[in-house]
Amino acid sequence: MRKITLTTLIILVVMSVFVTGVMAQEQGGTLVFGRGGDTVGLDPIQVTDGESFKVTQQIYDTLVDYTPGTTEVEPALATDWEVSEDGLTWTFNLREGVEFHDGNPFNAEAVKWNFDRWRLEDHPYHIGGEFTYYGYMFQGFPGIIQEVNVVDDLTVEFVLSEKQAPFLNNLAMVPFGIASPEAVKEHGEDYFKNPVGTGAYTLEEWRQGDRVILKANENYWRERAYLDEIVFRSIPDNSARFMELQSGTIDMMDGVSPEDVEAVESADELKLSLRPSMNVGYFAMNFNFEPFDDVRVRRAFNHAIDKQAIIDAFYAGLAEPAKNPMPPSIWGYNDDIEPYEYNPEKAKELLAEAGYEDGFEFDLWYLPVPRPYIPQGKFIGQAIQSYLSEIGVTANLVTYDWSTYLDKTEHQEAPTYMLGWTGDNGDPDNFLYVLLDKTNSNNAYESEELHEVLVEAQKTMDQETRVELYMEAQEIIHKDAPWVPLVHSTPPIALKSNVENYVPNPTGTEKLHRVWLAE
Amino acid sequence: MINYIIKRLLALIPILIGVAVIVFLIVHLIPGDPAQTMLGERATDEALQRLREQMGLNDPLPVQFWRYVKDLLRGDLGRSIMSNNPVSAELSQRFPATLELSFFAMVFAVVVGIPAGIFASVNQNSWFDNLSMLVALIGVSMPIFWLGLMFIWLFAVELGWFPPSSRIGVGLDFTPITNLYVIDSIIQLNFSALKDILHHLVLPAVALGTIPMAIIARMTRSSMLEVLRKDFIRTAYAKGLKRKIVIFKHALKNAMVPIITVVGLQFGVLLGGAVMTETIFSWPGLGKYLVDAIYARDFPIVQGGILFFAGVFVIVNLIVDLSYALVDPRIQYE
Repeated sequence: MRKITLTTLIILVVMSVFVTGVMAQEQGGTLVFGRGGDTVGLDPIQVTDGESFKVTQQIYDTLVDYTPGTTEVEPALATDWEVSEDGLTWTFNLREGVEFHDGNPFNAEAVKWNFDRWRLEDHPYHIGGEFTYYGYMFQGFPGIIQEVNVVDDLTVEFVLSEKQAPFLNNLAMVPFGIASPEAVKEHGEDYFKNPVGTGAYTLEEWRQGDRVILKANENYWRERAYLDEIVFRSIPDNSARFMELQSGTIDMMDGVSPEDVEAVESADELKLSLRPSMNVGYFAMNFNFEPFDDVRVRRAFNHAIDKQAIIDAFYAGLAEPAKNPMPPSIWGYNDDIEPYEYNPEKAKELLAEAGYEDGFEFDLWYLPVPRPYIPQGKFIGQAIQSYLSEIGVTANLVTYDWSTYLDKTEHQEAPTYMLGWTGDNGDPDNFLYVLLDKTNSNNAYESEELHEVLVEAQKTMDQETRVELYMEAQEIIHKDAPWVPLVHSTPPIALKSNVENYVPNPTGTEKLHRVWLAE
Repeated sequence: MINYIIKRLLALIPILIGVAVIVFLIVHLIPGDPAQTMLGERATDEALQRLREQMGLNDPLPVQFWRYVKDLLRGDLGRSIMSNNPVSAELSQRFPATLELSFFAMVFAVVVGIPAGIFASVNQNSWFDNLSMLVALIGVSMPIFWLGLMFIWLFAVELGWFPPSSRIGVGLDFTPITNLYVIDSIIQLNFSALKDILHHLVLPAVALGTIPMAIIARMTRSSMLEVLRKDFIRTAYAKGLKRKIVIFKHALKNAMVPIITVVGLQFGVLLGGAVMTETIFSWPGLGKYLVDAIYARDFPIVQGGILFFAGVFVIVNLIVDLSYALVDPRIQYE
């Protein structure tokens, strides 16, 4: 009898766990997401800001998508694809039976219409903005996508003018969400307020400056979203936003200040989620300014800065020290690189070797605005300044407003500067070529050796060869030390503990259709 | 009177033209441009050139100015570079939020400030006078972002009496029409929304109204003190009039002109300067938005917004001038 009771009890317990587990995933509820700013527009191809992408990610789908939590590509609106031997023709088979929110069918014609609108400047609906990300990822207008052909109703073919190894990764990016052609035609310049895609949520209402309200799409081609409604509220002040979370008026928030991380971790009703890093914050030295043309000085700086201490002080420990210009979440990351360890003595020796035993003075530009990779530019600038003073070098802190800062660093006017990068498509090319190739670098780092490797990697379709090339590229960069790579931050997101199944993506935004509310 | 109003409104035109020219020059001559901020770290020279070309920023300044003036004369303020929304739509969306907040802040400031000032003046050097002037001094020097955060922490997080921020709660059935939420909810007879909206208004309005309240209290006190020393007050008392009547009918009316001036000026300042309050209380108003637009170098928004504020300022001043005649019949407008 006793045994039976125990067994029954165990079965009951297991069953109840199982049952509540299933029950809890019930559909319904409203999730309120607090964030720092409002959406700029809801036509994803016209915007460049994360606050817009956060929302368009829910309304639209792309041909291919990132597997949640990674930068790997998986099928979405396209079920499968193949590429021709020369790497120039890509053929996609599209998903059957998908409808836009307005009831119009999704098909090859719609895909072609979207790409034509983006890439052809004389297209009647190439209006309403600058199509910035198209020009950026596909190199102008029409760019490298020469033709888009409808093979049949559910097959579409892209003909490229040159090989682009990260082509698939690019198509997975949220700006390339497919819009309903009929809706774009209907609303013209005002389409950005009337978005129609195939996504898990439809736009219910957008009160500009305040909130965006989304409702679940009952006809979603994947499973219907668990949540009935998502409200994105813009709450500009970090402290105010955190207090909203504490008082329960929002369910989750990003932009958690480092000083609030501990409060989140210690509160029962809150929890913390870390976004895998797809960024790098760095300190660059400009080769046009003496003595930064001397590799010994640059290496000395690399030895002089204690990255871990900076992370503990200014990131609440939520970042990893960088040794390469790209984060470990990106394939091709070279983990064999031996970082320049924190060693002021060695730094002094290197400086002496270069003839600067008495130090020197220079301008250190610090970031004027918080960025995901460097949230507190001034404090981190001061930290670097004090580390450098320990090896006898005097750094004068300088800054400008953000737009001027970008303009001047782009034109190589800064002797040394802090800056960073958030990846677009999860491809190493998007870090190494974009930031350090001789055609792009902002600090006059012009390595011919690196250029050859990076260009070859762009033209290679074979994944393994590409990995090898990027490994080699990271070695060259490490040897030349054009930067002090500082950190890869893992931006914290604070949630109420009943928000389940939220998987942050390294790319910065994610679909929320699998998120549900417990209780 | 009517002639005077028309004259004043006509004087708006040269003022606005002057503002338009100055603002245009300032926003176009400072370094950095919208293409730059839009691309952020992605601003390579090539990408920038392409974007600037598309935005028409590569044209010579006089050409851009001519285009701007031409559109302006047709009443077209252009479209936001960032969002592509018409500037007029952005302004009409956000200004009501600022107006509503400023109005209630001003109501608080006047309702508390003027009686406090009167009471302090008639009891000069009493404990109330000293205390209220100390409070007023603190109020004037209070950093509003700090006050706002303290309000949220105390009244929303700790005590839970008021919602922390925003204009209205989530999940209420409410459709904005004029974007003056109080009025919208009354028009729709939606009293549950009205209650929620007023509830949301209390903290930001009090936070925003604190500084003007302090200024008004101090001005009322000093203006009253001056009047109370006048001969006609002594005469009034000598006639055997009640203290209440002397203070409110004789003294206050005569002390009103400088008070109205201050109220008017403060209201103008609130309309344009609620940036901090709007930020802390997630209030989707025009102040915060304009500052963001300046950072983003969203030229059409900055130009349109400042032009709009200049107009509002002039009109508020006109209303202040006209209201002098109400309290002082000696003032007449030709």
